[in-house]
Amino acid sequence: MSSTPLRPDLALIARTVASGARVLDVGCGDGALMAALRDAKQVDARGLEIDAGNVAAAVSRGLSVVQGDADIDLAWYPDQSFDYAILSQTLQTTLRPDRVVEELLRIGRQAFVSFPNFAHWRGRLSLMWGGRMPVTRLLPDTWYDTLNIHHVTVDDFRALVKDRGWVIDGQWFLKGDRETTHANANLFAEHAVFLLRR
Amino acid sequence: MASIPTHEDSRFGLRRQVRLNGPLRLDSGAMLGPVDIAYETYGAMNADRSNVILICHALTGDQYVASDHPLTGKPGWWWRMVGEGKPVDPARHFIVCANVIGSCLGSSGPASVDPVTGAPHAMRFPVITIADMVRAQAMLLDHLGVDRLCAVIGGSMGGMQALTWPTLFPDRVESCIVIASTARHSAQNIAFHEVGRQAIMADPHWRGGDYYADGVVPSAGLAVARMAAHITYLSEAGLTEKFGRRLQGRPENPNGAKTFGFDADFQVESYLRHQGLSFVERFDANSYLYITRAMDYYDIAEDHGGSLARAFTASKARFCLVSFDTDWLYPTAESRVIVHALNASGAQASFVELSSPFGHDAFLLECPELNRVVDGFLRGGRA
Repeated sequence: MSSTPLRPDLALIARTVASGARVLDVGCGDGALMAALRDAKQVDARGLEIDAGNVAAAVSRGLSVVQGDADIDLAWYPDQSFDYAILSQTLQTTLRPDRVVEELLRIGRQAFVSFPNFAHWRGRLSLMWGGRMPVTRLLPDTWYDTLNIHHVTVDDFRALVKDRGWVIDGQWFLKGDRETTHANANLFAEHAVFLLRR
Repeated sequence: MASIPTHEDSRFGLRRQVRLNGPLRLDSGAMLGPVDIAYETYGAMNADRSNVILICHALTGDQYVASDHPLTGKPGWWWRMVGEGKPVDPARHFIVCANVIGSCLGSSGPASVDPVTGAPHAMRFPVITIADMVRAQAMLLDHLGVDRLCAVIGGSMGGMQALTWPTLFPDRVESCIVIASTARHSAQNIAFHEVGRQAIMADPHWRGGDYYADGVVPSAGLAVARMAAHITYLSEAGLTEKFGRRLQGRPENPNGAKTFGFDADFQVESYLRHQGLSFVERFDANSYLYITRAMDYYDIAEDHGGSLARAFTASKARFCLVSFDTDWLYPTAESRVIVHALNASGAQASFVELSSPFGHDAFLLECPELNRVVDGFLRGGRA
């Protein structure tokens, strides 16, 4: 299979998933994480992906991926039918992120959610001093063509988790390709990965 | 890898026909026997018989999936998908394609002779269903010594058969590819078919289906049926691009002109008339009635207490569904219904909507993405 290294948040998730688990990867892209989980951990992985080109690429590497929309098509998966539901870098593009996470926790016994932290200091400076929506290495699109329609921060997400009574089984923060401390994650983390359950 | 020497066995090869005693119990309750099946095989079975692929054909298709058609001389109807270097490759796969029962290319149908009376069955042939076609294919596979299919593949009505396979024979199907198809015929689908059937039966030459003796066939009615159906196979944009409002050129006026009459002034009229006329030379009108009827009766959920998901619970097969964005005969929404049911049943399912200007017919035409998906899916099971 491909020797391209996994994106850091995906590598982190891949390390944490138990061998032989059943996994639903929501917004699976071209199936890089699914392929890695299948090849390294004998995981039974299924994917949901909105882009037809990505789906074709994933299917052509032998993965079971369905073209669909996380906002709509999760409703068709039965309760607790997966060990993990994974939503990586997709939360901020959904119409109703809260409902999507609810669905993940209905379908999976646990859910991984990873997202870019919009409160990273670089973005804050850009907005504070430049008065412009940040365009950074991790958020390279301009405000009018970005797919990110719900700008979420680490603290926003924690507040949502608390409000809904979900349980955090794990949390990881990334700066570039490396893990960073929990201290002041809302200011210093570029990426957050949460492992949740109901 | 060692393979079973198919070249010495008269059961295998091109242009085969077999008479199986049956009888086959049909969904209607009628018994059909003997059952004639015309078929072709390509490639060789491997030693553990694990490389068998069944290709299912569409309404007016036939067993000549990858060899020249004996009547029209045209290359096999799915040469883009089946052949050397293609996703379904006789170098790797043992490929079977059989003419469905009810059809007219050598399998039992209304035009074949009833051994009891010595005359063609005509409308005395029992009404058949998609499931009956699949059961007849299973009889053929028994005859060929094939227990399991590594894949069953079909587009349109072929997709209906492919999707029915794991519901009837869950232990015999490892993977299933359903292209531009549906889990049931909609009211609109039935309505278009009824137009075609009424055109045939309104032709005075139809005579209740007993037209075989003098060879005067209801060709006008069958041609109209084909013309109406053909429109549903194309997209509005595709028709516009191909013909627009362009007029048909004539010897006296190469650029065409309105005749202020009812000749085929427009190119699209001329094209449809040609489609109708060439179709009647290769297809039997009664077969058209029987096969469209089978498609109209088709509703997998109805056969499983109204639950499509329940139809697949016994199956361990992997599924791959493909729809086309311009197909309004079996639109993407129909494939999604199947995918949702497969998700609910926990089956391994893939689905993609591909983009094509060609409407329903896209599955037969040039579409590299389709080949890429089918090839990857077939290889994926053996990774």
